[in-house]
Amino acid sequence: MKIIKHSFDGVIVGAGGAGLRAAIEAAPHMKLAVITKLYPTRSHTGAAQGGMSAALANVEEDNWNWHAFDTVKGSDYLADQPAVDILCKEAIDSVVELEHWGLPFSRLESGKIAQRRFGGHTVREGEAPAFRACYAADRTGHMILQTLYQKCVSMGVTFFDEFQVLDIKIDDGVCKGVVAFEIATGDIHIFEARAVTFATGGFGKIYKVSSNAHSLTGDGPGILYQKGIPLEDMEFYQFHPTGIYRLGILLSEAARGEGGILRNKDGERFMERYAPSIKDLAPRDMVSRAIATEISEGNGAGPNNDFVYLDLTHLGAETIRQKLPDITDFVRTYVKIEPIDEPIPVQPTAHYAMGGIPTDVDARVLSDAQGTVLPGVYSAGESACVSVHGANRLGTNSLLDIVVFGKRAGKSMVDYVSSTKRFTLSENAAEDLKGKVDNFINKEHDPNFSVPKIREELQDSMEENAKIFRTEESLTKQTEILSDLRYRYQNVTISDKGKIFNTELLEAIELEYLLDMSDTTVASALERKESRGAHSRVDHLERDDSNWLKHSFAFKNGDSVKLDYKDVELGNYEPKERKY
Amino acid sequence: MDVNLKILRFNPETDRKGHWEEYNLEADPDERILDLLHKVKWFDDGSLAFRRSCAHGVCGSDAMVVNGENMLACQVLVKEVSNPIKIEPIRGLPVVKDLVVDMETFFESYKKVMPFLVNDDEVGERERLQSPEDRDKFEDTTKCILCAACTTSCPVFWTADTYVGPAAIVNAHRFVFDSRDNASKQRLEVLKDVNGAFRCRTAFNCTTACPRGIQVTKAIEDVKRETLTIN
Repeated sequence: MKIIKHSFDGVIVGAGGAGLRAAIEAAPHMKLAVITKLYPTRSHTGAAQGGMSAALANVEEDNWNWHAFDTVKGSDYLADQPAVDILCKEAIDSVVELEHWGLPFSRLESGKIAQRRFGGHTVREGEAPAFRACYAADRTGHMILQTLYQKCVSMGVTFFDEFQVLDIKIDDGVCKGVVAFEIATGDIHIFEARAVTFATGGFGKIYKVSSNAHSLTGDGPGILYQKGIPLEDMEFYQFHPTGIYRLGILLSEAARGEGGILRNKDGERFMERYAPSIKDLAPRDMVSRAIATEISEGNGAGPNNDFVYLDLTHLGAETIRQKLPDITDFVRTYVKIEPIDEPIPVQPTAHYAMGGIPTDVDARVLSDAQGTVLPGVYSAGESACVSVHGANRLGTNSLLDIVVFGKRAGKSMVDYVSSTKRFTLSENAAEDLKGKVDNFINKEHDPNFSVPKIREELQDSMEENAKIFRTEESLTKQTEILSDLRYRYQNVTISDKGKIFNTELLEAIELEYLLDMSDTTVASALERKESRGAHSRVDHLERDDSNWLKHSFAFKNGDSVKLDYKDVELGNYEPKERKY
Repeated sequence: MDVNLKILRFNPETDRKGHWEEYNLEADPDERILDLLHKVKWFDDGSLAFRRSCAHGVCGSDAMVVNGENMLACQVLVKEVSNPIKIEPIRGLPVVKDLVVDMETFFESYKKVMPFLVNDDEVGERERLQSPEDRDKFEDTTKCILCAACTTSCPVFWTADTYVGPAAIVNAHRFVFDSRDNASKQRLEVLKDVNGAFRCRTAFNCTTACPRGIQVTKAIEDVKRETLTIN
């Protein structure tokens, strides 16, 4: 393999919404490269469907404070409230800016951007569901991704497509650059850069049933975790209530925003019992728990009583055609039923990581629970934990998060680059990655130690022991399983020894990140002896504000995990019992 | 059910040309073609190369030729295709390895049509207004995911990759018919060129191939007609 060196001021890893938004901010002010293991338009932002919330008040009275209240309450009071204020206040300009760049939002008769209802979003602090989610049919994420990429094309942003970043170089606590693998050739590229933003998305592939793309393996958080950077709030993982049965493909909450209803095997609208005021539009953690409870109590449908129905049959063909065209196509393609005539079998699907790389509100990465900044390293989007989502993210707030904090990451890169000088990174920067690659190429293949086998066992066991409902017993059992999988991973082998498009090699490296994400998720969940947001401990059913109103920080400690904690930053909203 | 899968393999490090390899698999009729490729890669031959990401037809990574037709491997179920299932890379672009092709020409053509909104008019603090009717005029072409299924199904593109191809024209259409855009003229100049929209011979392969159901040939016709309005 060849080793090729590049010199940039800044590098952005990942070309989804957060990475592209950061690039638009940073590119005019520095020599910038955006590095992605896919093509930018293949990023998973494009799979987001329902909308992006902002208190535009195009349909009814609204203001960003109500949005902030909903976000904090939805987070089960774990979100940092000053950060939530920024998210909700800057939401308005962020949506308008995207429109100015060409985003084809759906429109009201007045010509203004259309807005719809979504789970957990209300007017006047809980009075009624709010029309707050700005949307483009049910392909809002696709339109955001396309618009941001189009803007980058117009600006001539430099991309390295199908290059996978696998290492960061930090000397004396200062960022010096990243090292990447060129998928098409197997060459290693050193990117000298003093500002690096990780915008690599989530890690839903730690679970068996997930809405996430195959590429979502936690690369950014994994790279930093292996360098001693902690991961924040990893016990909070969101399960979206309506994944297509068995496949996990997302059916947007917009379906319920437009009036869709969840029903159990008897046709009962069971959410009336769990959230009497906003019913099917309760936040995702509550709806997913309700579905899991219905199933465990024998009210699930089908021969195995293991799913519920999403009923859209009363919405009318025109609403479905205009507002939910993509998700109804998914149902026709994969389930072979017509959503206008028949209810759709659904089950909760692993969807979104509230936790990730700890950052401050300027996207600067923190290296401990005391708030120490790691100079030159930034993160935004799902890979980061600011925290604006706390213990449970509200629908539409992720598309908002990527543009608000993507922009802030870009700005921080500009500030840092303009106040520091260039330096050189030594030629041996590629040594660690080269060693890793050589090890896989030189080790003889043994089918008993293959990547798919270990990964499948990882996904199956995480699904079984660390999903919606958790107990000390299930988490302890999972800790043991992970320890065994980690041991077997040390001996993992691959059969492809070639240089060109060796994706088996990349899957082997990604598997280590998946193990890191699972270790930190399970260790943080085992320690947190309360139930809050998406983290439900059957053996500790109550939320415990006196002991647990704090963020967890999981550090790598050899092959185990060490935990530290930081108090939540409160603001206008005192923690209250969470009812809808 | 038993499936007989035939894949056109090519590894530039060991092969001089492509060759068919056969795999006999046990499959569920509801599985995706992509699931079959994963079975081969994960449990038979780890060196099989193909692109994939979202696995439900929105990222555009896995366009390939299945039993002679362009489609996304993640969007077609085993029970929908006849057995044996023959899989080849999309045509008209150089093969990198197995089912992976070099996409550079494709994206270069895309960039030629200025695929971004051009409007330097003063904007206020709020959104520009656009009526639902005006918004609807380019709805169909906003759905493009740049998978290249259309362009690589086009017989004109097979013989001349200088032709910008259906996908680039679809992306031009998305802006030409957007009431907020001011650069239609420049875009249409590109498409009036010898390698532009008039190379289309209305074979309709592109419309059949589009996994997003875009009326591609109609979009090309709209663009052709629009070029006649500029001097």
